[in-house]
Amino acid sequence: MQLRPHTLLIGGSLSAALVVPVLAAAPATMDVTVTIPRLKVAEYHRPYVAIWVEKAGAPAKTVAVWYDHDMKNNEGTKWLRDVRQWWRASGRSMSFPANGVTGATRAPGTHKISFSRVQLGATAPGAYVLVIEAAREVGGRELLRIPFTWPAKAGAGGRAAGKTELGAVSVAFR
Amino acid sequence: MKKIILGLTATIAAATLAAVPASAHRQWMLPSATVLSGDDVWVTVDAAISNDLFYFEHHPMRLDSVKAWAPDGSEAPIENQATGRYRSTFDVHLTQKGTWRIASLSDGLMGSYDLNGKTERLPRGTTTANLAERLPAGASNVRTAESNNRNEIFVTVGEPTTTLFKPTGKGIELVPVTHPNDLFAGEAATFQFLLDGKPAAGLPVTVIPGGIRYRDQLGQIDLTTGADGKVEITWPEPGMYWLNVTTPRAPREEGAAAPQRRASYVTTLEVLAP
Repeated sequence: MQLRPHTLLIGGSLSAALVVPVLAAAPATMDVTVTIPRLKVAEYHRPYVAIWVEKAGAPAKTVAVWYDHDMKNNEGTKWLRDVRQWWRASGRSMSFPANGVTGATRAPGTHKISFSRVQLGATAPGAYVLVIEAAREVGGRELLRIPFTWPAKAGAGGRAAGKTELGAVSVAFR
Repeated sequence: MKKIILGLTATIAAATLAAVPASAHRQWMLPSATVLSGDDVWVTVDAAISNDLFYFEHHPMRLDSVKAWAPDGSEAPIENQATGRYRSTFDVHLTQKGTWRIASLSDGLMGSYDLNGKTERLPRGTTTANLAERLPAGASNVRTAESNNRNEIFVTVGEPTTTLFKPTGKGIELVPVTHPNDLFAGEAATFQFLLDGKPAAGLPVTVIPGGIRYRDQLGQIDLTTGADGKVEITWPEPGMYWLNVTTPRAPREEGAAAPQRRASYVTTLEVLAP
């Protein structure tokens, strides 16, 4: 499982390796920075946020879902379907709480979360899309997509900026 | 005006049968949601017969023959039933994950018989089962045709399933090529319609988006099933849609004796925003 991608990685990065001698430091982690905007609304609830990875021809892989996971009788799951693209792509086939994926809703501000290549389901080299979708109770919904490839170059990756329910979202590799 | 009043009376009379051929007014069931998540899931359904979709403004749908089926095929209770002046309402506790069916089915027998030199029509409420007892002694030349009306909706908890789509072989039925709880605006969906278990070619399919009251154009989409009974619908926008398939009526000939086989199908489909 580990061997094949590794071989490919070396083969693919051969020319780069000549210039940059630190092949061993090929990024293994993606840092995702998510800004949840502060909204001036009469009734504010923190948004439900789902982050998942898409790859053509493969099932979507959820890497994080922030929702009201600590309500009695798991009641917070009732609104998961409102994160509707994620629900269709991945959520509806999952059960909750989901190990390593479920998290609490986050307050307005900037949040950094990190995922390993395995967590992202990006062990095979290729083109991927990181998708982040936010849906807010009595509010709106917004979805952003950030394409990335693996193997990735260390440093800043793609970014996207939301207009309503999400602020700036960016990825970096290390 | 006179025509409308006539249609109205006919609907009220027929409403006791629970499922009305959708020719006059539109019969519908409107679920509170079709795509659901959670551990303790309920759906509330409004049911009415009206002109505008989906406004309860004319007549409630009778709930006598409404039933619900869980994804595993078992029948589930219809709870908290109430019938008001303009609509009926009920709840279904969705205790299993997967796709549920909520349906109102009515099957009848239409036709006539001869008695003492006169032709009489079969009384309302005649079915294959009670035909013998409804026919008076001495009736001859009995001509009958079945009518099957199906009004059904689907709601899904978690992942859509297709276990409930095994055709019964009676009336018009929907076979999902696209799952009816996986519809998005801008995407094309394909459904297959069967009549008595066989692909129904050339049947007219009518699709009307809800919210009629607040627009000038009906926005009706008219389609016809292909040789394989299939139609493809591209949803112009998100919302609730009413879909109706009815066997077309052949032009009535003077003194035509043979009653016609009739079947109708109604469903409400929710199309989500991409």
